[in-house]
Amino acid sequence: MTDTPIVETRGLEVRFPLPTHFLSREKPVLHALNTVDVAIRPGESFCVVGESGCGKTTLGRTIIGLQRPTAGEVYFRGKRIDTMDETERKPIRRDMQMVFQNPYASLNPRRNVFDTLVEPVRHLMPEMSASEARTRVEEVLDATGCDPSWQRRLPHEFSGGQRQRIAIARALVTNPAFIVADEPISALDVSIQAQILNLLSDLQAERGLTYLFITHDLSVVEHFGTRVAVMYLGRIMELAETATLFSRPSHPYTQLLLEAIPKLEGGSFDRPHPPGELPDPVNPPPGCPFAPRCPIAVARCRSERPELRKLKNGAEAACHLAE
Amino acid sequence: MPMLEVRDLHVAFPQGKTDEVEALRGVDLHLSKGERLGVVGESGAGKSMLAFAILNLIAEPGRVSDGEIIFHGQNLLDLSEREIRRIRGNRISMIFQDPMVTLNPVLTIGTQMMETLRAHRRISDAEARRLCIEKLKEVSIPSADSRMEAYPHELSGGLRQRVVIAIALLTDPELIIADEPTTALDVTIQAEIMALILKLCREKDVALILITHDLGVVAEVTERIMIMYAGKCVEEGPTRQIIDAPRHPYTYGLLRALPQKVGRGQRLYQIPGSMPPITALPSGCAYHPRCERVTDRCRREIPELGDGTACFSPLTPVEAAS
Repeated sequence: MTDTPIVETRGLEVRFPLPTHFLSREKPVLHALNTVDVAIRPGESFCVVGESGCGKTTLGRTIIGLQRPTAGEVYFRGKRIDTMDETERKPIRRDMQMVFQNPYASLNPRRNVFDTLVEPVRHLMPEMSASEARTRVEEVLDATGCDPSWQRRLPHEFSGGQRQRIAIARALVTNPAFIVADEPISALDVSIQAQILNLLSDLQAERGLTYLFITHDLSVVEHFGTRVAVMYLGRIMELAETATLFSRPSHPYTQLLLEAIPKLEGGSFDRPHPPGELPDPVNPPPGCPFAPRCPIAVARCRSERPELRKLKNGAEAACHLAE
Repeated sequence: MPMLEVRDLHVAFPQGKTDEVEALRGVDLHLSKGERLGVVGESGAGKSMLAFAILNLIAEPGRVSDGEIIFHGQNLLDLSEREIRRIRGNRISMIFQDPMVTLNPVLTIGTQMMETLRAHRRISDAEARRLCIEKLKEVSIPSADSRMEAYPHELSGGLRQRVVIAIALLTDPELIIADEPTTALDVTIQAEIMALILKLCREKDVALILITHDLGVVAEVTERIMIMYAGKCVEEGPTRQIIDAPRHPYTYGLLRALPQKVGRGQRLYQIPGSMPPITALPSGCAYHPRCERVTDRCRREIPELGDGTACFSPLTPVEAAS
């Protein structure tokens, strides 16, 4: 593809210093992201999957600017944004918005729906008049399937699915081009998940949105994603088109994830799965981070860290043994 | 004769000074020895309430207002607290969602296990310790010996849930009730834990009531399913039959709403609206406001569970298979 990416990260790293013991000289550091390069194309749903602690949320937060990178660069439409200060960044904020996992926590319980939705307009689009802002709010409420009568009501009056619609409306109110959706359906009931996924798809079709969709659920990715990045311990293990990843997963970790999905046809849990744990992220193993759990690991995997490289099927994988 | 039989169970909570609302509105359940039953529903459907009621653990001010819970011919609701303690945690064990809440953070794994054992068995310390280590090995905990001295926070989520399973197995129960045992865990860890539960149930012929919202997990692990909606069972039957040919419109909707059922980019089937709270149930069938097949009768009368489904216009096998 020749499209210039809408969002790009180069060598992105985030390190969190951990509390030190007052007698100890050690300064433990948690590597939440390690040399992450992604290039998100306009109009796609770029999914990031991985288990808890893999850095997928940190990636979303760093791109959107809620977290400063320790090293590396973040670009939006070719402009470097991670070094910008608040005033430089403000015009870009309206183009990049976020939907969070838990709509019970992401909406201010004391603010009615109108106030919640009009806040980003007031803050990021000061050129808009009060009546224009009001029209804009009504417009996004309609687009997200919310009733106009909800405007004067408070979050506690709504169900989880309704709240997530309101949170999506808030993200859309500044008419962004790019949305980071961090586990937007994980806190919802099964019958509501489908409603929200359909809504996100419809909005993408209508408005040409680009999504960074963060999730732990691979079955959602298969349905929703254009491309997928599989993360483990702060690194990308595999990056591929969705269809390729699901038909021919290249990385052993991706294979493990796919095997672990409970299937309606059954059969996934019939053989024992040995206990596998995420290695300590403060002291990661020297070679491939997945080597301690990997069924096909060889000596090289334990000493030398594999870099992400292009494979024959077009996917990229960080594995010495993938072909 | 079934090992466990629940008949017309009602659980009520007070509302206001004189009124009551029902969290369970007449649920029947039967389970034979070694059988694995899945109880599926969305939050608020009453599935956990059912588990708590079976163990006589409904907290005040809630109460079992009607029904019977027959375990080996004995009605558990007639037993005193002392008597039920001989069954609960002994012949019927429980596994809850969050191992960090189940385990006591200030006691070592060993202490907690020995405590459980000695509450139900009169055995020596050495014998208890030997049994505990044996159970930890059964759930594949690496270096079981030294883990006896570990505190819960020193273990990962997956290992903690393994410890909880080991504790549940200590007394060789006939029935394990597992309430969302893997919801707090990662996918690969979920696969480990469910595979372990499945293996242990098969090997030891232990019956299982698995409470979950995840149809995939139920399809993998159980032999029979109950689908709960707003405090009632709306469909019941063999797992394969329900997954392949659901008859209640709600079950059908739930299954069709799963992303794995449709191709990439296609729209997902969506059930409109959401489940009503138990304080504001509609007349007739509780599902009727969301149902595509609603008739006048559905608005007036509450359908009873007959022939596996509680619906006045269930799907025909041909419709269900589509």
